Amino acid sequence: MTELAEFWEMIWPELGRGLVITLRLSTGSLLIGLLIGFPIALMRVYGARWMKTLATIYVDLLRGTPLLVQLFFIYYGLADPNINQLLVRLGLPEGLLVLEPLTAAYLALGCNSGAYQAEYLRGAIQAIDAGQMIAARALGLSRLQAIRYIIMPQALRLVIAPWSNEVAYMVKYTSVVYIIAVQDLFGETRRIMSTHYNQMTMLPFVGMIYLVIVLLITWGMGHLEQHFHIPGLQIDVERG
Amino acid sequence: MTKPIIQIKGLHKSYGELEVIKGVDLEVDKGEVLVIIGPSGTGKSTLLRCVNLLSSPSKGQIWVDGDEVTAPHTDINKIRTKVGMVFQDFNLFTHMTALDNVMIGPSKVKGMAKEEARELALFELERVGLIEKAAAYPGQLSGGQKQRVAIARALAMSPKVMLFDEPTSALDPELIGEVLEVMKKLAREHMTMLVVTHEMGFAKEVSNRIIFMEDGYIIEEGSPQQLFYNPREQRTKEFLGKITELYGEEG
Ligand SMILES: Nc1ncnc2c1ncn2[C@@H]1O[C@H](COP(=O)(O)OP(=O)(O)O)[C@@H](O)[C@H]1O
Ligand SMILES: [Mg+2]
Repeated sequence: MTELAEFWEMIWPELGRGLVITLRLSTGSLLIGLLIGFPIALMRVYGARWMKTLATIYVDLLRGTPLLVQLFFIYYGLADPNINQLLVRLGLPEGLLVLEPLTAAYLALGCNSGAYQAEYLRGAIQAIDAGQMIAARALGLSRLQAIRYIIMPQALRLVIAPWSNEVAYMVKYTSVVYIIAVQDLFGETRRIMSTHYNQMTMLPFVGMIYLVIVLLITWGMGHLEQHFHIPGLQIDVERG
Repeated sequence: MTKPIIQIKGLHKSYGELEVIKGVDLEVDKGEVLVIIGPSGTGKSTLLRCVNLLSSPSKGQIWVDGDEVTAPHTDINKIRTKVGMVFQDFNLFTHMTALDNVMIGPSKVKGMAKEEARELALFELERVGLIEKAAAYPGQLSGGQKQRVAIARALAMSPKVMLFDEPTSALDPELIGEVLEVMKKLAREHMTMLVVTHEMGFAKEVSNRIIFMEDGYIIEEGSPQQLFYNPREQRTKEFLGKITELYGEEG
């Protein structure tokens, strides 16, 4: 027992640092994803044809290729000398796209999450009865007003459930960034394991940390959903 | 004679290849209650929706209260404030209380101050007998109550004309009466109303004129007396026979 406690005391500073990075990375990427996903969803549902096409290409591309490929593309691909040369020729600063590992991680996870968040929001918008928009327009609300006051407040309530899945997934997905040497929770874990040869205790332990975070998120989002619940309304949300 | 409040000339409407309205001319006077009957799929809803441009006519002209709604560059949203619409399935905004449902039009479309809009909304809810449900959400109301709130929502815009598209068709029989009562009250207050309905009792009692539509045309029109007891067209007779069988004499 004391042995375990000692081990824990020894690794905690590093694990704690990694945990902070994991949490920041998750939060930041989700916010980037929100900033991307929200307009993409609106473009896909309400946009002109070219907007729909553009948004669809984005979503299909990012959901249809492995996250690791996207991460490598952003970290290694963009750092390619040819791209660098092109930037210089365009009058942009040299090395603009040679990114820090952490920056690349934010970008890759954020862009990827944006595609999923866009799809969840689109699903929520389209789950709303068409009569809502028709009634709003019949009252004299403009299309924009109808989206803002009638459709969005309902869609955002519906999207809480699928988005909470996305939050939980994100925390777990961040663990891939150890591969470009970001020292997140899993990156630190790998490092500690390589020096202490204590995998059998480390892995379940770190797994538990992820599990606790995910459970806390699920619990919190459940409360959020309850908080915004509309009295008397029963909607079955298609999750995922 | 004052000018008709609604004037429809040579209206045609097609959805792609399918022509749904095949040349309709119609005038509705101020304060008139016009009931439109006819088999389903004959373009009754489409006709109503052309009046407030929820569907845009393919051909023809429509005037509402002196404004030509079919003119290019009309302000659609302004015209819609003059035309209230009530739908078969209510379409109350599900995330808003009854009060907010009624308030949103005046406050967001007309830019009315919040307090004033609130007062107005309470007045309209009172008018449909639902002031005690002001704080209730649609999910907490019965179908009849929902439809009455929907009527209040439309009335809050002080429309010149009210369009009712089968307002009682989605209701359980015991809830139809309360909605018809509100509509009768409106008729007594001289609201101009276009009502698509199968409620023949209501049509006989309240309407000034009945129009029988079939297959995109107005087949026959006349007073309730004439249409119900002395229809000229065979098709009108057949339809009325079927309706009576389905809904009973009083609708
Ligand atoms: N938005 C639409 N797109 C295509 N077809 C439509 C649309 N709305 C109505 N229709 C068709 O137009 C015809 C008339 O519809 P409608 O006006 O709703 O008839 P009614 O109200 O008399 O039952 C029907 O055949 C219907 O399928
Ligand atoms: Mg209809």
